[in-house]
Amino acid sequence: MESFVRTFSDQTINGLVIGNIYAFIAVGLALIFGVGNLINFAHGSVFMVGAYVGWVCMTWWNLPLAVAFVAVALICALIGVIIERFALYPLRNAPPIAPLLATIGVSFMIDQAVQLLFSRNPHAFPNPLIEHRFQIGGVTVSAIDLLIAGVGVAAALTLYAFLRFTRWGWALRATAQDREAALQMGVNVNAVNRMTFAIAAALGGIAGLLVGMYFNTVYPTMSFQATFKGFAAVVLGGLGNVPGAVLGGLLLGLIESYGVAIFGATYRNLFAFVILIAVLVWRPNGLFSLKPRVMQEPLTGTFIAKGRPVPTPGWLIATLIGVALILPILVPNPYLLQILTNAWLLGMVALSVTLVTGTAGQTSLGQAGFMAIGAYASALLMLRLGWPFELSMVGAAFISATLGTLLVFPAFRLRAVYIAIATLAIGEIVNQVILNWESLTNGAMGIAGLTPPSFFGWQMIRPHEMYYFSLVLLCIAALVQWRLVRSPLGRTWRSLREDEIAAQAFGVNLNRYKTLAFGVAAWIAGLSGAVTGHMYTYISHETFTNTTSILALTMVILGGMGNLLGAIVGAVALTALPEIFRGLADYRYLVYGLTLLLVIRFRPQGLLGTD
Amino acid sequence: MALLEIQRVTRAFDGVLAVNEVSFQMDEGETVSIIGPNGAGKTTLFNLITGLDRPDQGDIRFNGESLIDLPPHEYARRGLARTFQHGRVFGNLSVLDNVLLGAHSRRRATQVRSPWLHLARELFDGLFWPSRARQEEQALRAEAEAILAQFGERLLPRLHQPAYSLSYANRRRVEIARALLLRPRLLLLDEPTAGMNPAETAEMLAFLESLKARGQTILLIEHKLSLVMKLSDRVVVMDEGRIIAEGAPEVVRSDPRVIEAYLGHRHAGQALAASAEDDTAQPLVASLTDERIREEMT
Repeated sequence: MESFVRTFSDQTINGLVIGNIYAFIAVGLALIFGVGNLINFAHGSVFMVGAYVGWVCMTWWNLPLAVAFVAVALICALIGVIIERFALYPLRNAPPIAPLLATIGVSFMIDQAVQLLFSRNPHAFPNPLIEHRFQIGGVTVSAIDLLIAGVGVAAALTLYAFLRFTRWGWALRATAQDREAALQMGVNVNAVNRMTFAIAAALGGIAGLLVGMYFNTVYPTMSFQATFKGFAAVVLGGLGNVPGAVLGGLLLGLIESYGVAIFGATYRNLFAFVILIAVLVWRPNGLFSLKPRVMQEPLTGTFIAKGRPVPTPGWLIATLIGVALILPILVPNPYLLQILTNAWLLGMVALSVTLVTGTAGQTSLGQAGFMAIGAYASALLMLRLGWPFELSMVGAAFISATLGTLLVFPAFRLRAVYIAIATLAIGEIVNQVILNWESLTNGAMGIAGLTPPSFFGWQMIRPHEMYYFSLVLLCIAALVQWRLVRSPLGRTWRSLREDEIAAQAFGVNLNRYKTLAFGVAAWIAGLSGAVTGHMYTYISHETFTNTTSILALTMVILGGMGNLLGAIVGAVALTALPEIFRGLADYRYLVYGLTLLLVIRFRPQGLLGTD
Repeated sequence: MALLEIQRVTRAFDGVLAVNEVSFQMDEGETVSIIGPNGAGKTTLFNLITGLDRPDQGDIRFNGESLIDLPPHEYARRGLARTFQHGRVFGNLSVLDNVLLGAHSRRRATQVRSPWLHLARELFDGLFWPSRARQEEQALRAEAEAILAQFGERLLPRLHQPAYSLSYANRRRVEIARALLLRPRLLLLDEPTAGMNPAETAEMLAFLESLKARGQTILLIEHKLSLVMKLSDRVVVMDEGRIIAEGAPEVVRSDPRVIEAYLGHRHAGQALAASAEDDTAQPLVASLTDERIREEMT
């Protein structure tokens, strides 16, 4: 009994300390959301940069801890200002999904830059504090725990005083409450925006430094988890609610800490994603708001620029298919064929994204989750039930369609940026479930020894065989989708993209048509996942990640929303170009991030136009 | 039995009674207008009738059936079609597609009651374009073009242009055409002539009169009183969430309460003088001036 009490109180301390760090991240996100009505996906990257700046200060230059803190705060604040000025300020009149995507682009660029500078491997972070443990009322507390708590309380008090008693603090709160009115009263809202980013980034950087010290390690991929933990905390506390964000952070820390104690360490990341979706769907104003506030939502749910598609006559399509067909004969380079095979398979995913996001208007950042379901379903149907590949592949597509739609269904009531976040979380949940459902999925070990795709006795081993097989699948998917979007069904999908309220007034049952869009999209993405899995012969919970989802959406934005040929052109461009220009291969995420930023800024309708 | 029955309907926002115990009825074939100053609750009432919003109290019955528990997409199937105050065309859809969407609830695929069969049918029709689906689409298309032809050369040359490229007045016409393709039993028009110049307004009046002559039941919100007086069988006057007068246009026109609340242009000076003593007159004066500005602009 005593040991239980001790474990419980240790877990509580643990949870509060981690929660304190989440609160740091969350406060920055909440400030930015409150002032700019914007979800900042680059926040975790700034957090990660903060950890690296601290690491450089302390290991390269042996600076004292206090100096490291100041350096982290200043450098991160500067980065925050740069992000605001160059990525977001130009988009201030664009639909809210545009700045969100821009921050994703920025996070790709920062993450890759850090990887290039410091390698992708983790570095050990020295703990400059004396390793001393205190016993307070039967609870063990270490020096770092106290430091984190102290910095947390100090930061909270400073922020409170700043917001409450200074002119700039008033200006910030006024801008958050009513941007137009603040502008009318002479507040320089652009300066306020920039200042908010500086404060948020400084807080995020300090959180990164603290996390580095707490876990004694820094690594580039810590950024994405940080963004999501922070965002889950913000949603728990109510979007844009700063004290709520602090409470949300602490609560999330406690839930994780107790959850890990009960279920085991591999479940750690599952809680945040489940909480995120559950709160968004069932309590969209957070746990602490009594009266539901009206969410500020745009009327259109996606990033659709006005414009007409570039005409693509039938002979052009026929020529392109012809070129794709004779290419292996003209250029029998196995490396090139392999890259194009990847492009065809990712092109299918891009098609599925352009269906839900471009045609039906539901921004999806979770498409890799459907691929993972398809890949695992096909692998298990083959290995456990002995199905042949031809059947397991099709079966997997149907399983992906069913499971995928069921998973997204609770999020159907969300719109615009919220559906994007919910689908991103769903993609993560799929991977977390794969990681933890060991009896079915083999857990972290993954599934090895998959046989390469075969079709009625034809084993696809050589590159040109895989090339043709995936090309045919891509063409089938494109044909299916082309028929659908050119029919009255396509018109109905587009109507809900343009204006859900008007569509509903004319009898469109929103849930049914969203079900159909996600069902077809998950079918196509699941098929692609199944084939990809067998082609790799090995799959794990890390094969289909959110990076793939974001990449697929980038392809679609590059090609033009809802534009089928655009999706395929985008897939070829983003898969093949970094490989063909070999020099770019190491910088591919830099290229992706920059592409996303530039297209959103300068050609929001994409290369081939919105269809 | 009346086609539409509004029974003691109330809707409050943050304690402000936007619609306060409103009751009235409409018969098939009638044209009824709701008028009143800005903020009188007209559009709120419209949103309640079309299912966009729910009343806090009271009942709305259409063809004898209570509507208030139906999901919003069921209203269209019952034969209610509306236009929106600020215009809600589908910007990136062509004029023709905008209008064709009005027939959504008429398409046979959407008549299937079971959700899964409905979706399977949509998928099958979308994939294979069977001849019955193509014939249905062609028939609807011909019907849509016939409706658009009633606006003369305003929209016919623009059938395949995206709706965002249209003028404000043309977007209103597209909205009305979309509502008509539903073949509504009750057509609800929220300020159909807003933003139109006098010539366009006269054209719209002639169009609405022809609809009325063909027996279309119309419920209209409109600020242009000359149009209201010419078109309506009956006028309902709202102010501050309540119905303050109801009756034939000529009766309403001479009702002292209406003159005081709404037609008080000539009395604005008196109202201003009164407002020095009585604070409650202030919003009235504000709405009257607003109204005058609106008329002068159009």
